[in-house]
Amino acid sequence: MAYSDKVVEHAENPRNVGTLDKSDPTVGTGLVGAPACGDVMRLQIKVGEGGVIEDAKFKTFGCGSAIASSSLATEWLKGKTLDEAEQIKNGDIVTELNLPPVKIHCSVLAEDAIKSAIDDYRKKQAAKRAST
Amino acid sequence: MTVQLPIFMDNNSTTPVDPRVLDEMLPFFKGNFGNAASRSHSFGWVAEEAVEYARERIAKLIGAQSEKEIVFTSGATESDNVALKGVAEFYKDKGNHIITAVTEHKAILDACKRLERDGFEVTYLPVDKQGIVSADQVREAITDKTILVSLMLANNEIGTVQPLEAIGKVTREKGVLLHTDAVQGIGKVEFDVQKMNVDLASITAHKMYGPKGVGALYVRRSKPRVRLVAQMDGGGHERGMRSGTLNVPGIVGFGKAADILIHEGKEESARLFALRERLRSRIMDALDEVYVNGSMEHRLPGNINLSFNFVEGEAMMMAIKDVAVSSGSACTSSSLEPSYVLRALGVGDELAHSSIRFGLGRFNTEDEVDYVADLVLSKVKHLRDMSPLWEMHQEGIDLKSVQWTAH
Repeated sequence: MAYSDKVVEHAENPRNVGTLDKSDPTVGTGLVGAPACGDVMRLQIKVGEGGVIEDAKFKTFGCGSAIASSSLATEWLKGKTLDEAEQIKNGDIVTELNLPPVKIHCSVLAEDAIKSAIDDYRKKQAAKRAST
Repeated sequence: MTVQLPIFMDNNSTTPVDPRVLDEMLPFFKGNFGNAASRSHSFGWVAEEAVEYARERIAKLIGAQSEKEIVFTSGATESDNVALKGVAEFYKDKGNHIITAVTEHKAILDACKRLERDGFEVTYLPVDKQGIVSADQVREAITDKTILVSLMLANNEIGTVQPLEAIGKVTREKGVLLHTDAVQGIGKVEFDVQKMNVDLASITAHKMYGPKGVGALYVRRSKPRVRLVAQMDGGGHERGMRSGTLNVPGIVGFGKAADILIHEGKEESARLFALRERLRSRIMDALDEVYVNGSMEHRLPGNINLSFNFVEGEAMMMAIKDVAVSSGSACTSSSLEPSYVLRALGVGDELAHSSIRFGLGRFNTEDEVDYVADLVLSKVKHLRDMSPLWEMHQEGIDLKSVQWTAH
């Protein structure tokens, strides 16, 4: 299968690879997928004043399209509010990266990872509010 | 160190045509274009003579008693189909049971499935962790309805070589025919139809530095004489077993490829074994969490199949894109299922997704091996730095204890 130029570019030069401090209350972590399925994504966001995503990092075990999908997601997340981030849909990733049908699940996983990271952040914030 | 990119290290999928093979083929595209079945003029005679010469060379390579035992086909898939369906149809009054193994090539497995729909019973023998089927397993599976056992000489993915000689003793003793898909092992490991009591064998030119589109089926003519029903109707070529005008240039190339292996096969296997071990040890000495799939003892000399834990196979192939290899990862197949061969060995899905097959061949050099080893080392490190699983492993988290969200 031939890859689109954008997939190759992201896979070769992935943006925002790394790890944020999971215990930081301003960090939300999403870990989705399963090793047995061949892809696992961990996406992290650090949320600043006014609910704006200041930083985003990822690590992905998966094919080039999975790496590219998560790399692109972190790029898009930075500077967005949580509400804006929630609007990112897997179809946007498919279009941007020109993913073939067999790779659509990679974009779905990226959308799940975003949602899961936002959820995690909100839960942390709720827990923090409850304890103060 | 000078290497030319891209590097082809996928010789289990196909092999380049040896220039000496091409040289012998070319005249048969030009002046000697006759139909080998034309009996009435010199164009036909020249073609027929060349075909018969190729037949002799191929017969010699596999230890056949007569060149008449070689039936030319379009390739091993056709040979496998003719062998299984042709034998099943001919011997159906004798029995309806066929034995094969779960790690066979799809040409065998799918032909067996078709036969099951037609009322035959097929036993798919499991394999051990190395991918081996034992002669005892075959003995126990044979019933009074068994007509055929089909087991490959060597596996295309993991390179495991089956104990055919021991299996052939059992099938001969029980009076059951033995077919082998010998495609991967021919000229690389010992193969002799007499010594191994093989009754039918599928081979193809393009895995032995010959052209694509030509193969052969060895069909034993004595002790026992094997009969089969042709699966293609037509002019009755190849003693009625395979109709269709012969691919004369292809057959000529096939013959030359066989001749080269007769003279150089042993030496070549020793060289490929050394290159393979150099590649394997350079990788495994430098990296943790790399696993060999298949057997180290009973293995094709040029094949090594490694799982790089925490790195997905397709991402790995993309990272080393100037090197042609293949992977058992689901992402490289249209089905999104990881390799059925690796699963049959009991390799977990995680490691199956992380597998890479390196297939060394005649034209690979030591410089290429060193280049590939260095590239693999750096890319595995790079991809592991990007892998959440590697990070968790480094932190001492047992990945099996994590609740994953399967999708």
